[in-house]
Amino acid sequence: MKQNKTRRSFLKNISLASMAALTATGCNMKELDEFFQRNFRTLSDKEKEDIIKNLEQKYKQKYNKEFQVSAQPAMEQVEFAYALDLSRCVGCRKCVYACVDENNQSRSPQIHWIQVLQMEKEKGIDFAHSDVHYNPEKVPEKGHFYLPVACQQCRTPQCTTVCPVKATWQEPDGIVVIDYNWCIGCRYCMAACPYGARHFNWGEPEVPEEELNTDVHYLGNRPRVKGVVEKCTFCIQRVRKGKYPSCVEICPVGARKFGNLLDPESEIRYILENKRVLVLKEELNTQPRFYYFFGV
Amino acid sequence: MKLKKIQKGPLPLLVLVLFIFGYGCSSQLSEADNHNPEINNSTEQIAVKTAGITEIAVEAPPLTDGIFPCNDCHSEIEANPERRELVDMHDDITAIFNHDSDNRWCLDCHDLNNRDSLRLASGQLLDFKESYKLCGQCHGLKLRDWKVGVHGKRTGEWNGKKEYLLCVHCHDPHSPKFELLTPEPPPVMQENISYLNRKQKDDETK
Repeated sequence: MKQNKTRRSFLKNISLASMAALTATGCNMKELDEFFQRNFRTLSDKEKEDIIKNLEQKYKQKYNKEFQVSAQPAMEQVEFAYALDLSRCVGCRKCVYACVDENNQSRSPQIHWIQVLQMEKEKGIDFAHSDVHYNPEKVPEKGHFYLPVACQQCRTPQCTTVCPVKATWQEPDGIVVIDYNWCIGCRYCMAACPYGARHFNWGEPEVPEEELNTDVHYLGNRPRVKGVVEKCTFCIQRVRKGKYPSCVEICPVGARKFGNLLDPESEIRYILENKRVLVLKEELNTQPRFYYFFGV
Repeated sequence: MKLKKIQKGPLPLLVLVLFIFGYGCSSQLSEADNHNPEINNSTEQIAVKTAGITEIAVEAPPLTDGIFPCNDCHSEIEANPERRELVDMHDDITAIFNHDSDNRWCLDCHDLNNRDSLRLASGQLLDFKESYKLCGQCHGLKLRDWKVGVHGKRTGEWNGKKEYLLCVHCHDPHSPKFELLTPEPPPVMQENISYLNRKQKDDETK
């Protein structure tokens, strides 16, 4: 009897008990694998391949649809940058909903990666007096201008440095991404982001099955779960294939410009060299890759 | 250290992918070089070359249905070069005309003798597909920005083939001011966001 009370036997018993509990709850091997999955950046190509195969199966069961999950890495000699023409934007919010559709954002509870702020021309860029809920019959309204804000893809991102588990990082092409499997939902990054660009899944995200985008990237628009943070990734699933982000394609006034900062002939370089350009909250030294400019 | 080691793995593959990409680009370039972007009235689509990349117009110029070719009617009508207000035909255009209307009228842009063509200030005839050159006579800065993809909208690929719109796809040449748009619905107010899932919501409504 005395022997049973040793530390060794305690550990033995508890491990047996937990094993029994695991089998009793019907936890299969795949779920265990997913639970013990390492950080995405430490995975080998083979491991990534397996994980993606499992994910595709899982999505098929869950959503009854064939998903194409990509883990395409960054292209070499590419650094993405974005420019938005403040003199053109009319505040129609088409980009907001194109983004929701493309990136499988939860419809309820509602998550919008892009927020269009209406500002008064007299006050200039003044976040304290900006309005995101404006709803007139027609836009643009007199005396106002519009400033859409999403992730600024900073060169010195504060969100990634505060993450206690390194679940978010900057890719070589400049996109700040999140490993949703590794995110613990502490929301430190949301507190650190000066642009309010990160959004938390407070509830189980809800996307109508017929509206699901099945062309997804592991670090981007794949379906999320409750309790993780998400953000704009410049449509990583599109731009790494050479396509423009969804918001660029939808903008009815052509205010949104996107390209490779390292290509001297890109639109983005022309804008930086020839137009009046600004970044938001420059004083914080976040060094955004998202520029605002005046086209006229 | 572990991280670095693993990153080295896919590097040769990346180089290969890039090589293929590079090859694809260069073949595209040479194609574009053979193509003369200046005079191109015979083909359906027009192409402009900027930054070594061929750009293709998304669609043909937006002419009113059934109105083109203009010469179907105009070949039988005697040309009248006198500046006047149009009453019987094209009065819809007269009604909306708001493009420096005090100083300009039809024949400043349309050709007197060949109505199927536009006419530059130099007298040179111009196909409707190349109307941007006509616009650029006055709006030179806009044309400059449009050519490099800063004014106007481009879709397609950021590193390859792009599609663009002509000036007249967004601006009615007879009344070029951009129309006001109806905004999409605003985001839900913070206090009204529901964090219940669908089942909970159904239960609540019961």
